[in-house]
Amino acid sequence: MQLDCTQTPDLMIVHLRETRLDAAGAIDFKDGMRDLTSADARRVVLDLSRVGFIDSSGLGAVVAVRKFLGPDRPLELAGLTAAVEKVFRLTRMDSVFIIHRNVPADAGSFRDVV
Amino acid sequence: MFRQMRAAFVMSSDERGAHTCIVIDADPMAVRQALCALFDRLMAGRMSADARDAAQIVLAEALNNIVEHAYAQSPGEIELTIDISARGLNCRIMDAGAPLPGVGVPVGELAPLRPGDDLPEGGFGWHLIRSLSEDLNYRREGERNLLSFRISAQQYPH
Repeated sequence: MQLDCTQTPDLMIVHLRETRLDAAGAIDFKDGMRDLTSADARRVVLDLSRVGFIDSSGLGAVVAVRKFLGPDRPLELAGLTAAVEKVFRLTRMDSVFIIHRNVPADAGSFRDVV
Repeated sequence: MFRQMRAAFVMSSDERGAHTCIVIDADPMAVRQALCALFDRLMAGRMSADARDAAQIVLAEALNNIVEHAYAQSPGEIELTIDISARGLNCRIMDAGAPLPGVGVPVGELAPLRPGDDLPEGGFGWHLIRSLSEDLNYRREGERNLLSFRISAQQYPH
């Protein structure tokens, strides 16, 4: 599971460098997100712009990440492709997450966006 | 110890690619590989992107349900047959695992989202299948499950 991170003093953007977030990768994704974020207290934005397909197991993993980050820094999402957006919309999870339309070119330009 | 490797799935199509049969090991990685082969090769350029997305979501949910539930206790194979026409995809999925609980296809109703409630991490699968497919039908035939549905080439906003 390829995950890497762009950081600013108050924000971390985690880029998921995979084309699919599915049942075969959901556990690796959760573990990877936990490793990247557990020693940190900054807001987390998950960049999904590379992900062209998500299934309900992948969606469940994103919800699980939101839960372990806790209520004080709810997971934010950015760059949803059409298929991913469709799954979030049909399950009404688009009303639960803060979803940014675009992933910023650099974390600095994103600092004030809520 | 030498162990013979076998393919995770076997796909065969007629010349026009209108009729395809895939036999898939009941395993999440085999399901992923079969869907990639299906949508990167066979479905490329057919139907709209929206209809292809809908088809891949429904097939993934149906196949993963079989891996996780029907074959929870034992390994097995899944046989997927797809007929492509101008109207869309007709899909039939057979497996020899445990039957669906209850008398038919689960209702697939989403849990209500209330502020303060614990968010659901699952229970989305049948809702997605019902939302994006038509003519959904399940029956038990002897020791096999048979699920069939259609994905319309004409998708409407949900």
